[in-house]
Amino acid sequence: MVDLAQLTATAGTIAIIAPAALVMILGGTSLLGLPLAERAIDRACRGLISIGLLATITVLVLMLVTGDRHIVVDLGNWVSIHPLHSEGGHLPYHFGVKFQFDRLSVPLAILSFTLCGTIAAFATRYLHREPGYNRFFALFSVFLAGMVTASLADTIETLFAGWEMVGLSSALLVAYFHERPGPARNGLRVWIVYRVSDAALLFAAVALHHMTGEGDFDQLMGNQSWPHGRAALTESQALAIGLLLLLAAAGKSALVPFSEWLPRAMEGPTPSSAVFYGALSVHLGAFLLLRLSPLIAVSVWLAVAIVTIGLLTSLYAGLVVAVQTDIKSALSFASLAQVGIIVAEIGLGHWVPFLWYVALAHLLGHACLRTLQFVRAPSLLRDYRELENAIGDRLPRPPGPLAAAPVRIRGWLYRFALERGYLDNFLSEYVARPFVALFLALDRLERRWTRLLNGEKKHTSLPPTPAPQPVASLQTRPEVAESHQ
Amino acid sequence: MTFTSVPWLELAVGVPLVGGACLARVRDPYMAFRGCLALASISLVCAVAASGGYAWGLTTDGTSTNDLLYKLVGRKVFTVDALSATLVPILALIHLLTAISTSRTKMSRFSFSWLLICQAIRMATFACDGWDLGILLVVGVLPPYLELRWRGRPTGVYVFHMLLFVALLLSGLAAGGEIAVVLLMGAVLVRNGTVPVHVWVTDLFENGSFGGALLYSTPITAMYAALRLVLPLQPSDWILVAIGSASLVTAVYAAGMAIVQTDARRFFAFLFLSHASLVLVGLELHTAISLTGALALWGSVMLSMTGFGLTLRALEGRFGRLSLAEFRGLYASSPALAVSFLLTGLASVGFPGMSGFVAAELLVDGAMGANPFVGLVVVVASALNGVAVMRAYFYLFTGVRYTSGVELGITAGERVAVLTLTALILAGGFYPQAYITSRHHAAQAALGSRNEVTPAVEH
Repeated sequence: MVDLAQLTATAGTIAIIAPAALVMILGGTSLLGLPLAERAIDRACRGLISIGLLATITVLVLMLVTGDRHIVVDLGNWVSIHPLHSEGGHLPYHFGVKFQFDRLSVPLAILSFTLCGTIAAFATRYLHREPGYNRFFALFSVFLAGMVTASLADTIETLFAGWEMVGLSSALLVAYFHERPGPARNGLRVWIVYRVSDAALLFAAVALHHMTGEGDFDQLMGNQSWPHGRAALTESQALAIGLLLLLAAAGKSALVPFSEWLPRAMEGPTPSSAVFYGALSVHLGAFLLLRLSPLIAVSVWLAVAIVTIGLLTSLYAGLVVAVQTDIKSALSFASLAQVGIIVAEIGLGHWVPFLWYVALAHLLGHACLRTLQFVRAPSLLRDYRELENAIGDRLPRPPGPLAAAPVRIRGWLYRFALERGYLDNFLSEYVARPFVALFLALDRLERRWTRLLNGEKKHTSLPPTPAPQPVASLQTRPEVAESHQ
Repeated sequence: MTFTSVPWLELAVGVPLVGGACLARVRDPYMAFRGCLALASISLVCAVAASGGYAWGLTTDGTSTNDLLYKLVGRKVFTVDALSATLVPILALIHLLTAISTSRTKMSRFSFSWLLICQAIRMATFACDGWDLGILLVVGVLPPYLELRWRGRPTGVYVFHMLLFVALLLSGLAAGGEIAVVLLMGAVLVRNGTVPVHVWVTDLFENGSFGGALLYSTPITAMYAALRLVLPLQPSDWILVAIGSASLVTAVYAAGMAIVQTDARRFFAFLFLSHASLVLVGLELHTAISLTGALALWGSVMLSMTGFGLTLRALEGRFGRLSLAEFRGLYASSPALAVSFLLTGLASVGFPGMSGFVAAELLVDGAMGANPFVGLVVVVASALNGVAVMRAYFYLFTGVRYTSGVELGITAGERVAVLTLTALILAGGFYPQAYITSRHHAAQAALGSRNEVTPAVEH
């Protein structure tokens, strides 16, 4: 007799290990200075992503057969310590590595494997003989491992680990074409937003860990499978942690006011734009909110905040997309408009929990559609040109949504959309610039103090420092390189 | 002869000391380099043996019946316990790796005998207590001063701060009661580079040799002094809160300063200051969890910042003093150094899968228990450090490709150093339990000593 529980656990473990093995193969060989050939990378990606996908589908089939909707794969405690002294009632600390397969995590894991597998196959041809081929796939493997880890995480700390892996690989892939300053600046800009998001998530994770005694989602949901369950927290606790998580989600999913990083991220190669910012990475914030829906169930104000941010984002992206002139920016804002709606659906789940299923279905469908659109984008432009050449005229263009606006505010709306809601300027002028100015002033003070103590008349330290050009230089607008679309 | 009859700890300190003195007569830089590697390796083996003997219960404090100093002065001078058993081998390792990764072009200007002598002083410092520790801390400030003098660089900043440190330390050791605690904490803050008495660190990195400044700073000797000299004196809570608050301010301030730096050495100095201050924050909270986090972070920062610094030093060896004001495009010339830079930099900020991750989690968790605001500030400092590391990475390695007619890839010695540190960083990240358990024991012991009623420093 086959032990189905054991079989499910084994399949689940394989699903987790497969992407980690890909990271070890691609990253380890690069680290040792022995990068693999293109064919070997292709085979490793195909093989391990297929294994991971099959293992996850096996888990899904076994869940359907057994009727068990919540399977936990516990890899034990990563760290466990037990204080001898009772210091203010401090509890023993453990950092569990647990993964769960439920109605939410399995679809997203399958989506991650499917889209990453598709894009890997696409990228092996798209990036053939590119100098950064190996680097792309090493980072791609980190992204896949991060997505799968975040999708299947059963503790908020494990989710955070996956979340950070996704962020790092995303930022480095935005700067993939790193011989131009534009991608590097935009990669750094994306990373800064991600760090804000990571800080919020880390603080929320530790706060949750502290309030509930552990970071397990099982405990948080009262041992009920998603989407049922209600956090064992007071409303104020749920609101505080929920707002931190909303901040984390806003950073990761480019919600208002962090939306401006999304078009900047399009500097990366098309395969990474497709799978990261069109399909998976941009939905990770929405996934986080779905995973922690038991918190939304507790706090009505949290739900209101989520709906508001979602609708604002959708409205903003819907306006801005109307004036975009390059296809990847247009697709990124179109994608953002849908993400905003998904987030609003999640917030509305407080009153109608069924909407959490709707949001999940919306997320899955939208990710697949956008991947297709992004991958098709370069050849679509060529097809359009051929078509226009054939008919000898421009193709007719339907009027955009701004045409329907009243004449009095149409001009203002147009400017607003063209400037992308002034969000970039706002963050640069009122956050980045004062920060940089403050620390540069302090730096000058320190140098003076050092010179005084050293008895120097003027600065003699090496090297002569050029004019400072720090974070403020990030204020340049994103320039999407059409040559790499 | 049995394992326990060998004075491993004295050998770990004595071999580099005597060897360094002998090596000073060697004029051939390459021969000095090879001699240094041999002696530093022997010292590492002895340090591992001393710590292993303690960890496996073969000795109670890493000493032996054949200890020379015991026979000379009639008491145990060098000992290891739960705290130092891990630190002493790490110290020996980072000195060895610094020697290994020294490029041939720098060998004629880098004093390997001086490195060994400094290693002996630092290892001795981390293996003693009380007045012995105080004297070694004072002796330890001399090598950077002498190096600055030899290089003809200004010494005013360094001398001003180190005189302050020595005065506070010696008066604290001599005084009694709460005033002793205050004076010693002042000494700790100066030695750790806490704002506003931190400029000596940036000055040392700017004017000293990178390797020398790196080895003087990265062990975070101030934390050791705090644990050995201050915690046993049962400092009042307000003193711990004061040191924690000053460290928190420094952590955020230095992280912010690291972001705006245009000189790679100053950037590194500020990044290090931020991390060193985060380690010291654990003292304020004085719970087993937070102190475990701080001690774990300490070891992680020692390894990762040494690796990070060695990578920067290797880049400097190829391209001269590095500016962060423009995109340098060094990736194509030195891809392995770029990967090393990223790995060690991310390890220092507690990236998942690396040794600092769990340590940072523990520290923040402990901080949350004591005061959520402290936890928030620690998280903010960590986030800013992450931005600083990536900014430096982008400025150094991206941009128009740097072309050179000579091979600028990683050398065998640098690869050994980088891979060793990377292996330790990843091992500490993927299998942190053993390391965290050892740090937890050390934290329990430190808190136990704080809770015991002990007289002031043993005179």
